[in-house]
Amino acid sequence: MFQVLCIFIPILAALFMPFFYKKVRSIHTGWFVLIVPLFLVTFYATFVPLISKGETEIAQLDWIPSLGISFVSYLDGLSLLFSLLISGIGALVVLYSIYYLDRTVEQLHNFYIYLLMFMSAMLGVVQSDNMITLYLFWELTSISSFLLIGYWFNRDKSRFGALKSTLITVGGGMMMLGGFVLLSIMGETFSIRELIEQAPQLATNDTFVIALILILLGAFTKSAQFPFYIWLPDAMEAPTPVSAYLHSATMVKAGIYLVARFTPIFALSEVWVWLVAGIGLLTLFWGSFFAVKQTDLKGILAFSTVSQLGLIMSLLGVSAIAYHVNGAQDTVFKYAAFAAIFHLINHATFKGSLFMIAGIVDHETGTRDIRKLGGLMGLMPISFTVALIGSFSMAGLPPFNGFLSKEMFLTAMLSVAQFDLFNFTTWGVLFPIIAWVASVFTFIYSFYFVFRTFTGKIKLEELPKKPHEAPMGMLISPVILASLVVAIFFIPNLIADTFVKPAVVAIQPFLYTNPEQVDIHVAAWHGGITPELLMTIGIIILGAILFMTLAKWQKVYEAFPAKLTLNNLYDFIVYEFSDKWMNRFSKLYMTGSIRGYLTYMFTGIAIIVIGTLFIKDGFKVSFIGASPIRLSQVLLILVLVIGTVTTVFAKSRITSIIALGAVGYTVSLFFVMFNAPDLALTQLVIETISVALFLLAFYHLPKFQKVEERTRFRFGRAFVSIAVGVMVTLVALSAHSQKYIESIAQYYKDTVYTLAGGGNIVNVILVDYRGFDTLFEITVLAIAGMAIYGMIKLRMSRKEKNYENK
Amino acid sequence: MEIIMAFVCGFLFMAAIYLILSRSLLRIIIGTGLLSHGAHLLILTMGSFKGSAPPVLTDGVTDYVDPIPQALILTAIVISFGVTAFFLVLAYRAYQELKTDDMTLMKGSEDHE
Repeated sequence: MFQVLCIFIPILAALFMPFFYKKVRSIHTGWFVLIVPLFLVTFYATFVPLISKGETEIAQLDWIPSLGISFVSYLDGLSLLFSLLISGIGALVVLYSIYYLDRTVEQLHNFYIYLLMFMSAMLGVVQSDNMITLYLFWELTSISSFLLIGYWFNRDKSRFGALKSTLITVGGGMMMLGGFVLLSIMGETFSIRELIEQAPQLATNDTFVIALILILLGAFTKSAQFPFYIWLPDAMEAPTPVSAYLHSATMVKAGIYLVARFTPIFALSEVWVWLVAGIGLLTLFWGSFFAVKQTDLKGILAFSTVSQLGLIMSLLGVSAIAYHVNGAQDTVFKYAAFAAIFHLINHATFKGSLFMIAGIVDHETGTRDIRKLGGLMGLMPISFTVALIGSFSMAGLPPFNGFLSKEMFLTAMLSVAQFDLFNFTTWGVLFPIIAWVASVFTFIYSFYFVFRTFTGKIKLEELPKKPHEAPMGMLISPVILASLVVAIFFIPNLIADTFVKPAVVAIQPFLYTNPEQVDIHVAAWHGGITPELLMTIGIIILGAILFMTLAKWQKVYEAFPAKLTLNNLYDFIVYEFSDKWMNRFSKLYMTGSIRGYLTYMFTGIAIIVIGTLFIKDGFKVSFIGASPIRLSQVLLILVLVIGTVTTVFAKSRITSIIALGAVGYTVSLFFVMFNAPDLALTQLVIETISVALFLLAFYHLPKFQKVEERTRFRFGRAFVSIAVGVMVTLVALSAHSQKYIESIAQYYKDTVYTLAGGGNIVNVILVDYRGFDTLFEITVLAIAGMAIYGMIKLRMSRKEKNYENK
Repeated sequence: MEIIMAFVCGFLFMAAIYLILSRSLLRIIIGTGLLSHGAHLLILTMGSFKGSAPPVLTDGVTDYVDPIPQALILTAIVISFGVTAFFLVLAYRAYQELKTDDMTLMKGSEDHE
C-alpha cells in the first residue's frame, strides 16, 4: 500500500509548492522540493538488497476493480533500476535547478509543480504492472513534458517545441494504447506479468503483430527513435534542468523501458527483432552523424541523446534474438540485454552531467552557440573537467564507464554478424559496420562538444556576459554524476550485480530465473587483443583524424537539401496540410449556403432509402387490399396536381400563395372523401389562417426575383426533388403492398363508448386514449405563439448588439 | 386508390423539395407547406381507406375507417401550423432586419467571420 502511495508522493507534494512559493519567499522553493526525491531514493534503496537477490515486490491499490484496473507498484530489477534513476537524478536535478533558476525572476512554483508531476508520472510508468495505468502515467509524462518545455511560454520557440513534442509523443501514446487494448483482448488481462506468462499462446494470435507494431510506435515516439526523433532537438527550449532530467535521463528512456518490459512477450516475433534492432541502429547512426552539424551546445547533446537511445534500443532488439537460440546462456547474445541496461545507467550519468555543464556554460556566458564559445578552460576549470569526463565517457574512452558499455555493445553487434536466422547471414554483417561508423561519429561530436567550448581562443567580445566559474552549488550535481562516471569504470561489477543483473532477468526471463545465473563479468581488459579492442582503437584513430580535419569536411552537411528534412515534413503535415489544405477541403463543402446542405441531405436520404430498398429487395407492388378508384377522387387529384404545379411555377408570389391555399383546401376535400370529418374541419380552418398569415407577410416580403437562377442549376434541383418524390412513392407502394399485422384500431372502435363514454373515436383518442400527445401539441402552439410575440416585440438595437459583442 | 395516392404523395414531395431548394425564403416556406400536406396525405393513405363510415359511433354501422391515422394527422396539422406560423414571422423579421429574402445572401453577418 505504502509502496503504491510512494508513486503519488511527488504529485501530492506538488500541491503544497504554491504555498511555499507564496509564503516562504526568502527560501528557494527548490529546497522544499528536494526532500521528495531524497526521500524516494532512500526508500527505493531499501529494496536493493532484496531485488538484487532476484525477488520482486508487488503492491496494489484498486481503482476500478470491476474493469480490472488498479494501481500497481511492481518492483523487479528493471523497475527498481528506473525508479532509482528517476528519484536519484531527480534529486540532483532539483539541487542543480536551485542554483540555475533565479527565485526572484522565475515562476518557481509552476516549475516545481510540473517537475513533481513528471516525477510521479515516471515512477508510475516504470512500476505499473497494469497496462491501463501504465498508459495513464505515460500520457502524464507527455503532458508534464509539454508544460516544462513550454515553461518560458512567452517565447515562440518554447511553444513550438512544446507543441511538437506533445503531438508526436501523444500520437505515439495513442498507438500504444491501441496495442495495449489488443494485447488485453488477446490475453484477457491488463497485467503485464500475466501476459508474459502466456506469451507463447499470444504469439499465435492474428493481431499479435499489430499490437507489437502499435506498442513499438509508442516506444519509438517517446524515445525519439527515427523518424520521430525530431521533437527532441526542439525540446531543448526547456530550461536546462528539464533537458537534463527529462530529455536525457528519464522520459526518453520510458520507451526503452517499454521495449525492455515487453521483450518477454514479443521476443518470439521476428518483426520485433528486426524493427527494434534495425530502427535502433538507424537512429544511432543518424543521430551521431547529424550531431556534428549542430552549433548549439544543447543541440549537440540532443542529437547525441537520440543516437545513444538508438544504441540502447538496438541492443534490446538484439537481446530478443537470444529467445531464438538454443542454450543462449552460453552464447554472446546474453551480452546484449546486459549491455543495454549497463549503457542506460552510464548514459544517464554522463549525459546528465553534460547537460548540466551546457547549462552552466549558458548561464555563465550567456550563449550556447558553439561558434561564439571557446577557451573557457582556464576560466571554468571544474566545468571543463566534468565536461571532459562526460565527453570521454560518451566517446567510449577508458577510464570511463562509456568504454565498458561500448565494448559490450560492439561484442553484441559482432555476434549478430555470426548469427544465421531471419536472413541475418546477409544483413547481419551490416550491424557491426554501422555500429562502428556511428561510434566514430560519436567520438567526433564528443570531442567537438568539449574542445570547441573549452579550448582554443576565447572570444570575449562576442560573449554577452563575462564568463567565470559557476557557483559551487551549481557544480555539485554534475560533479557527483562525473564521479559516478569514473567510479562505475572501476567498480563495474558491483553495479552489475546490484542493478544490471536483476534487470536482465526481468528482460530475459526465458533465459534466467535468478540474477546469479547471469554469468557476465565486466572487465575493462579482457586479457588479450579482442576484435572489440581493435575496433575501439580504430574508432579513436579515425575519429581523431576526422576531428582534426573537421573544418574541411563539415561542408558535407550543406550538401543535404534543406527541404528534404524530417522537420520540413512535420511542418508540412502540421501547418501546411492540416491548417491550409484541410481548411480548403472543409470550405469546399461547407459553403455556408443552406441550399447546398439541403441538397446533400436530400440526396443522401434518397440514395440511402432507394439503395436499401433495392439491395434488400424490398420493393413490391400489390393491388390486393386496395380500395376502388372513384371518378370524383380522380378529379380531386387533378385539381391537387394543377394547384401544386401552379404553386411551383407561379411567377408572382400572390399566385403561389393562393395556389397553396387551393392545395390545402383540396387536401381538406380529400379528408372529406376519405371519411375524416374532424380532419377536414381542422384543415379547412388552419388553411384559412395560414393563407391569411401568408397574405399578411405578403405585404412586407419582397417580390420574387425575376431571374431566379441559371437553368443549369435548376436541372440539379429538379433531379434532387424528383429523386425524393420517387423515393416517397416507392416506399409508400412497398409499405402498402406488404402489410404484416392488422391495425390495433379495433380495440378503440370496440371500447370507445364502453370505456371512454364517447362517440367520436378520433376525439376520444385525442383527449382520452392518447391525451398526452394533445397536451404537448398545445404546448407547441403556446411556444410558437410566445416565440412569435417575442420575435416581434423584443428587438435589440444595433448599438446594444455591438455592446454585447464586446 | 392507395396506389394512385402513393404517386400523388410522391408528387407533392417532389414539388415541395423543388421549392425548398430555391433561393427565396417565401418559396421555401410554401415548400414546407406542401411538404406537410404530402406527409399528412401519406399517413392517411398508409392507414388504408378500408371502411365506409367516418369514425363516429352510429347505430347499425360497424364499418368505420381507421381512426388512429386521423388522430395522428390532427396532431400533425396543428404542430405544422404552429411551426409554419413561426417560420413565416421569422422570415418577415429576417427581411426587416436584413433587407433580403435571398437565402444565398444570408451567409453570416458582419459580426460573423
